[in-house]
Amino acid sequence: MDILFVLINSTANTVLFQARYSHTIPKTIHLLIEFTDKGLYCRQGNFYIDPWRPVERAIITHAHSDHARGGSNYYLCHHYTKPLLQARLGDGNYEGIEWNKTVDMNGVKVSLHPAGHIIGSSQIRVECKGEVWVVSGDYKVENDGITTPFEPVKCNVFITESTFGLPIYKWKPQQEIYTNIQEWIKKNKKNNVSSILIAYSLGKAQRILQPVSEVSDTIYAHGAVANMQQALENAWWNFPKVERITPGIPKSKLLGSIIIAPPSADGTPWMKKFAPYAVGICSGWMQVRGNVRRRNADAGFALSDHADWDGLLTAIHATGAEKVYATHGFQSALSRYLNEHGIEAAEIRTEYGNDEDEGIGNDTNLKQESDELHELL
Amino acid sequence: MKKEEDYKELIEEEHQLDAATDELPSPAPGTGGLAAFAQLVQVLGTSTKTLDKLAALSNYFTVAEDKDKVWVIAIFSGRRPRRAVNVSLLQSWCIELAGIPAWLFAECYHTVGDLAETIALLLPELDETKHKNVSLSYYLEELIRLEKQDELVKKQFIIDAWQTMSQSERFVFNKFITGSFRIGVSQKMMVNALAKTIELDASVIAHRISGNWDPSTTTFNELLSEHATAVDFSKPYPFYLAYAHEGDLSVLGKPEDWQAEWKWDGIRGQMIKRNNELFIWSRGEELMTEKFPEYQVLKDKLPEGVVLDGEIIPAKDGKPLPFALLQTRIGRKNITKKQLQEAPIAFFAYDLLEYNGEDWRNKELGQRRATLEKIVKSVNHPTLLLSDVIEYTTWDELAKIRESSRDVGAEGLMLKNKYSVYKVGRKVGDWWKWKIEPLTIDAVMIYAQKGAGRRSNIYTDYTFAVKDGDNLVPFTKAYSGLTDKEFNAVDAFVKRNSLEKFGPVRTVKPELVFEIAFEGIAASNRHKSGVALRFPRILRWRKDKPVSEINTLEDLRKMLEMYGKS
Ligand SMILES: [Zn+2]
Ligand SMILES: [Zn+2]
Repeated sequence: MDILFVLINSTANTVLFQARYSHTIPKTIHLLIEFTDKGLYCRQGNFYIDPWRPVERAIITHAHSDHARGGSNYYLCHHYTKPLLQARLGDGNYEGIEWNKTVDMNGVKVSLHPAGHIIGSSQIRVECKGEVWVVSGDYKVENDGITTPFEPVKCNVFITESTFGLPIYKWKPQQEIYTNIQEWIKKNKKNNVSSILIAYSLGKAQRILQPVSEVSDTIYAHGAVANMQQALENAWWNFPKVERITPGIPKSKLLGSIIIAPPSADGTPWMKKFAPYAVGICSGWMQVRGNVRRRNADAGFALSDHADWDGLLTAIHATGAEKVYATHGFQSALSRYLNEHGIEAAEIRTEYGNDEDEGIGNDTNLKQESDELHELL
Repeated sequence: MKKEEDYKELIEEEHQLDAATDELPSPAPGTGGLAAFAQLVQVLGTSTKTLDKLAALSNYFTVAEDKDKVWVIAIFSGRRPRRAVNVSLLQSWCIELAGIPAWLFAECYHTVGDLAETIALLLPELDETKHKNVSLSYYLEELIRLEKQDELVKKQFIIDAWQTMSQSERFVFNKFITGSFRIGVSQKMMVNALAKTIELDASVIAHRISGNWDPSTTTFNELLSEHATAVDFSKPYPFYLAYAHEGDLSVLGKPEDWQAEWKWDGIRGQMIKRNNELFIWSRGEELMTEKFPEYQVLKDKLPEGVVLDGEIIPAKDGKPLPFALLQTRIGRKNITKKQLQEAPIAFFAYDLLEYNGEDWRNKELGQRRATLEKIVKSVNHPTLLLSDVIEYTTWDELAKIRESSRDVGAEGLMLKNKYSVYKVGRKVGDWWKWKIEPLTIDAVMIYAQKGAGRRSNIYTDYTFAVKDGDNLVPFTKAYSGLTDKEFNAVDAFVKRNSLEKFGPVRTVKPELVFEIAFEGIAASNRHKSGVALRFPRILRWRKDKPVSEINTLEDLRKMLEMYGKS
C-alpha cells in the first residue's frame, strides 16, 4: 500500500478515494504534494509535512501530538516550536527557523508562515517551478494575543484543515467568552465551589490564564499543564504564575479555588480532592448543547484554537487558491460547499485530528498524551 | 412505549430534594420573560447536580409571571401546544435567512441532533438594538392562534420573532414549535420546586397538575391555589414507582411483612370511574381511554368514585400474552376489529387509590388490597382481573418462584410492604421490583450511526448481527449500556474501520463483539432475522471474544421457541 489516495476525475469535481476501499486500479499522478500512507509528501523536495509514521525528513506545522510524531531523522519547524518538540518527543535532530525565511530542499523552496493556532504554529509554503502549495496545519484567524496571528499566503493550491467546517460553528469574540468564564468562576467562588477548567495543556491552558488571573490570585494547575508551562517558561515565554497541584496542598486551601486541567483529567478520581467543584470545558465542541451534556460538564465555553466556518472561508478566499484540499474535520461538507461556490475542492483523509479540539471522540489519545508529558518533561 | 424506569433510576434525586433551595439567589433586576425561561433551560440542560436544577426551578417559579408559570408547568409535564408550524417550513425559512444550501443545513442538523438548536445556531446573529424580551405566554398563545393562519402569516410571525431574540431564546422558542424539552426535569422535580414556593404539599401539587387542563385558559390560582375549585373528574393520582432490588432479600426484614406479586410486562395504568364515566391513564400521563374500548363495559359494573392502579396487558383466558401484541395496538389512531380480536386487553389490578370518592392512598396496603379484591370479584368480568398475590413463607422459596417468572409471562416479582401507604413518585423502601436476569446473546456490530442530541457527534447507535453459516444476519439495534469511555473507543474504531456509507449509516468491519441483553423475544416478519427483541441493550463489550464465537441465528430461534411462544 504505497499510495493510499487515488485521483478519479468525475464530471463535476475531483473526488479522492482511499484505495483500500475502492475497487479501481490505483493510478499514480504526481502532485507537488502527494497524499500517502505516511502523510503529506513532497517527492521533488523529498520531505513530509506532519508525517504520522517515522520518515527521513519531516516539516512540522505545530507541536500538537497528532501533527508532531516521533521517530523521524530530521525535523524542520518554527523556532518557537523547537523546544516544545524537544519536550514532547525527546532529543532529536530539530532545526528551528524564522517565519518567511526560505529554505531550499532539493530545489523546492520551503518557508513557514504564522497560522495563529498555538505558539509556533505555522503554515508550510512549498514552491516548485512557479507552482505554490500551502499546507495550513491547524489555524485560527482571530488574534488571541499570545500566538503570532494568522497571515494569509497566496498560493495555487491550499490544503486546509476543516475541524469546524460547518456554519453552526461561529465563535463569539474571545473577550465575551472570557467574561463568561470569569462570571462562572465568580459564581462558583461565592458558593464555595471550586472551578475546574478543562483546557488542552498546550494552547488553551495558556490562553485562559490571563482572564482567570484577573479574578483570582492563585491558579492551580494539573501536572500536565504545569509541565507545559514550565517548558514554555524555559523557552522565555511569560505567563501568569500557576501553582502545581501536589498531594501536600491542604484541602482547605483548595476550597473555592481555580484549577486548570487537561481533558485527560476530566472525570478521573484526581478531581475528587477539589470537591465540591464544578467543571467547565473550554472547547469549540461546546458550541453544541449535546456535547456539554455528554461530557457531563457544568458549563461549556466554545473557545477554540481553530477557525470557525466564517474563518475558514475567509482564510481560503484570502489565499486566492484555485484548488483546495480539505483535511481533518468536516472535509466533505467544506469541499462540497467550495465546489458549489466556484472554488475547486476535494477532501482527503488524514490521521490528524486527535488533539483536544478535534479529538472529542478520542479521549484515550489525550490520556496517553498527558501520561507521556508527565514522563518527558 | 418507552419505559424509562427500566433504563435509569434517578436515585440521587431522592436524597437531595429536601436540602435544596433554602437560600435562593435573588433574581437580577429586569429579568423575566422568554430570557428567564431560556436561562432556566440552559441550567436545567447542563447542570449535573439535582440541587442546582431544583434551585433554578424554584428561582424561576419565584420570579416569573403567573401566566408564564402555568405554561412552564404545562410544558414540563408534556402539555405542549399543538404544532403551529410544520417543521419543514421552519427549516426552509432558516435556510433562506442563513443563506446556505439545503444539504448543508441537513449536515448541520445531523451533527447537532436537534432541529430547534440547529436553527438557533444557523440564524444570523441578533442585532442587539432589536432585542426584545417578551413573555413566554405571549409567544405560546400567539403560536396557538397561528395554527389556523396561512403560510405567509406564519412565516412573517416566526421571522419577526427570531429577529428579536438571542440565540438561547431562539432555541427555546423553536422548541415550543418542534417538540418537547428533554432536559432531565422529572415531573417530580418540578413538583418539589413548586412546593418550595407555594403553600401546598408536593402530593397535592402533583395531583393538581395531572389530568386534563388547558394552560391557555387556566390561571395559576385555579391550578394551584389552596382553594382551587375546578373539578376534573378524569384526574389520575401520581403513580408510586418501585426501585429495583438487587441481592439479598433478607435485608427487607420478615417475609410475612411483604406482599409479592408478579411484575407484569405491560403498560402501567390507572382506571378511573367518576361521575359515571370511565377514564384510562398511562403512567406517562397520557389519557388512553379511547385506545382500549373493551374497558368501557366496566363503566356500568364498577362502583362510583373508584380509582384502580394496575397493568394494561394483552391477555386471553386470564393469561398474559407477549407485550409485542400490545405494541400493534398503541400508536394507531383507529383500532380495527381484527386487532381487538388478536390482541384482547385486560386490566390486571393491584391497588386501590380511591374508593367511594375518597382518597385511600394513606390507608395501609393490606386494607386497600382487601377492598380491591371485593370490587374485582363483584365486577366479575374477564377484562378486569386481580394481579395475584403469590403465596410463600420464606425468602428462599420466593427466590425459586421468581425463577419461573417467564413461564407465567412476567418479568420478575414485585414486593410491597403490607403496611405501606401509597406514595408519590419513586420512593425508596416500600415497593421493590425484583426482575429476573435478562436473556443474553453475543453478537457482532456491523452498522453504526451517530447518536442524536446528547451524543450527536459520535457513533453510538449500533446494529448487531449473529452468524448464520458464513453470513451475518442483523437482528437488533441496541443503544445504552456503554460507558462514555467505551463509546469513545467504539467511535474511534468506527471512524477507522467503516466500509461503506449509506446516508448517516456506516457499515463497519465486523470485529467488535458485544453481549446484548433483552427482556423478551417474539416472532416478527418485519425483521430479516425473523425475531424482534424487547428492550435490547448492550450489557458489556466482549473484548475477550472473537467474531468466530458469537451466537448463531439458530440460537436465537431456540430462544424464540423457549420464551417467545405464548
Ligand atoms: Zn493542533
Ligand atoms: Zn490538528
